[in-house]
Amino acid sequence: MMISTRGSKKQRTYTALAAVAAGLLALTGCGGNGGGGGGGGGTAEEYPSASIEIMAPADPGGGYDQTARSIARALTEGGVIETGADVYNVPGGSGTIGLTQFVQNSGDPHQLMVIGKILVGAIQQTDSQVTLENTTPIARLTAEYDAIVVPADSEYQTLEQLMEAFKADPGSIAWGGGSVGGVDQILVAQLADAVGVEVADLNYIPYSGGGELTPAILSGDVEAAASGLAEFQDQIDAGEMRLLAVSSEKPIEGVDAPTIIDAGYDVSIANWRGLVAPPEISDEQREAVIGMIEEMAGTQQWQETLESNNWDDYLLTGDEFSEYIQSEDKTITQTLTNLGIIE
Amino acid sequence: MEVFADLASGFANALSLQYLLFAAIGVTIGTLVGVLPGIGPAMALALLLPLTYGFDPTGALIIFAGIYYGSLYGGAITSILLNTPGEAGSVATAIDGYPMAKAGRAGPALATAVMGSFAAGIISTLGLTLLAPAVANLAKSFQATDYFALMVLAFVSVTALVGTSIIRGLVSLFLGLFIGLIGLDFLTGQQRFTFGAPELLGGIDIVIVVIGLFAIGEALYGLARLQFAKVEEVKFEGRIWLNKAERRRVWKPWIRGGFLGFIFGSMPTGGSEVPTFLSYNLEKRLSKHPHEFGKGAIEGIAGPEAANNASFSGVMVPLLTLGIPTSATAAIILSAFQIYNIQPGPQLFENSPDLVWTLIASLFIGNIMLLIINLPLVKVWVRILDIPKPLLFTGILVFGTLGVYSLSGSVLEVIIVYVIGIVGFFMRLYDFPVAPAVLGSILGPMMETQFRRALAISQGDFSVFFTRPLTLVLLLLALAVLVLPTLLPRVLPRRTATDAGTTT
Repeated sequence: MMISTRGSKKQRTYTALAAVAAGLLALTGCGGNGGGGGGGGGTAEEYPSASIEIMAPADPGGGYDQTARSIARALTEGGVIETGADVYNVPGGSGTIGLTQFVQNSGDPHQLMVIGKILVGAIQQTDSQVTLENTTPIARLTAEYDAIVVPADSEYQTLEQLMEAFKADPGSIAWGGGSVGGVDQILVAQLADAVGVEVADLNYIPYSGGGELTPAILSGDVEAAASGLAEFQDQIDAGEMRLLAVSSEKPIEGVDAPTIIDAGYDVSIANWRGLVAPPEISDEQREAVIGMIEEMAGTQQWQETLESNNWDDYLLTGDEFSEYIQSEDKTITQTLTNLGIIE
Repeated sequence: MEVFADLASGFANALSLQYLLFAAIGVTIGTLVGVLPGIGPAMALALLLPLTYGFDPTGALIIFAGIYYGSLYGGAITSILLNTPGEAGSVATAIDGYPMAKAGRAGPALATAVMGSFAAGIISTLGLTLLAPAVANLAKSFQATDYFALMVLAFVSVTALVGTSIIRGLVSLFLGLFIGLIGLDFLTGQQRFTFGAPELLGGIDIVIVVIGLFAIGEALYGLARLQFAKVEEVKFEGRIWLNKAERRRVWKPWIRGGFLGFIFGSMPTGGSEVPTFLSYNLEKRLSKHPHEFGKGAIEGIAGPEAANNASFSGVMVPLLTLGIPTSATAAIILSAFQIYNIQPGPQLFENSPDLVWTLIASLFIGNIMLLIINLPLVKVWVRILDIPKPLLFTGILVFGTLGVYSLSGSVLEVIIVYVIGIVGFFMRLYDFPVAPAVLGSILGPMMETQFRRALAISQGDFSVFFTRPLTLVLLLLALAVLVLPTLLPRVLPRRTATDAGTTT
């Protein structure tokens, strides 16, 4: 389940307690800034020469954290490295506090950080001085997809019916979803675009996560909602919500709903996550890190993780990943500007 | 009844020597955790979550339930003895608990807290056992307008916190409302009062507010008085058990607090703060000794402590039946479930009955353990009062600082907590009540979010607040709570108070 890092008071408490766990981990695992794990200068042949430190720029329990811990587990238990791997959490600022801290590890290939689509938007939204340009992209690893759902007693049986009503009177459809500027709102904005509704007319109601959003759908507060499929799966199975479409490019195995594309609207969105290294590592070091992560992605442990979390294998490495980040930055910036969230 | 057969099998799983030992360990750790400022139950569970990798689900859940109950009670210990609640749920307890301790009645105050926690824990766990599906359906039907109305009702109901001077109380309340504004505006993503600091984007954590206003503020105030004024010694009169008069006064608040905590805990807005404040207010309204409130009324401890403890079982309702974590602690327990590959939600009771019923049984066991272990320990805890004051206050400062730093790992947050602490110091100096500030920073953001959400959903049409029956009823209730106490004495000078409910 995905817990966004910004949000209500309750959410902040998650942040707070997460930070304690982070503090503990930092004690045992040697935090980001300080150590840098002695072997930063090791040559490519003997990489890794020290423990791999992976930063999750959010609380324990959320998507970034789960990804970081799964990578660490696959690296060590999958036998990819002998030196060990530690995870530490730096929550706050929607991930930008972690990013700002991370780039101070300049030149140390043993430091890695989990990033994702949400961070790309958060950097814009929080006016962060440090951006992903300041990092060395390593690999995109996973994707999760959004689901478009309506309450079980809704009059809308298909996505088309919903979109027709939305087109006819945009304001009458209150869309629920995750925090402002997140993946869910971007998806809804792109749907609006696809049917020719002005993004400014969109009636999007943000919620701090599945815990707040689910009751709002069940009580009929919102007409429709977009959020991670995993958040709704249990309610869909129990017949409390109707799944109209999923945001993946291809149909998802075992999910009884069309993609948004198959339903007739050229929109797809993937909530992807991946890894970056600090700036100013050498090309050899970069290749060594990429090689290590590619090997990690092939381990049985990693494949099991993908399966049990319902994460799509979304591997893309090196330069292609760098280009992907740039194109993501462009589309997200455009959408957030249309939404009036950034100027 | 099937429920009892299921529960019995849950007990069969949970009742073994090993698990009882786990429960005892959990309650003890929890009590210690509750005593330390800043380290609340959620944090303790987060730290201990890795236990789940080594334990079977039953063992882990029993320890967790024990820690939870223990920490809720531990929070009462410092609230009562030192006026330093570690988190918002214990704030109401301090209002009358501390004056009682100052009057030498720390023993009965602590005993009320532990027995009230036990009574409410049992009531609310029974509620969870028998009413979970019904309560979940109620929670599911609440819309944004209803939440808003509920917040309004909570706001006007807690005037008891304001104390003797309305102006001072309101100043404190608005200070809290201001603190609640800091951070990203939830609905638009605008930054409010962040001064460009990314650390402030997430707002100021309520735990920081509580530690600052209470622990830091109280310690600074105490140290200053040691320096400049003669301090009256807190004498402990030695009695621990409740006397007959006290016993008669506490049992009703326990039960009322238990119900309040359970019902509010199971709302998707969740949490223990609102029901504890409501319970305090309710007890003051119903008490035959309202003038004692704020000066050491035992009902003022019994009700809120019961509500605090009961809220946990309430929080379990949406968690188990809807898969919705409504508090930080619930979120941790949700991740514990997920580690065992179990997804709480509408199908949980069918898919994993063993685990659910074992968990519920473990809540009963945790409560009983709390009583058995902590009642005798009251004698030990009151010894805290014997610690020389300079050491004690310095210790509070050290633990408060450590707690905040471990919470955030950020020096800025430590600075913030001291700024709030200095504000708390001056509030004490000039006789401003601090509890309304805590309340404002909790309720303000919730109320604002629900209000604006409701208007966004209705596209700016205010009539939604008057056309939905549930919303209207709640708002009228709020109006009644607000005007009746001033209006009634004038309108009905001679009639009995039982007519009160019919006039609006």
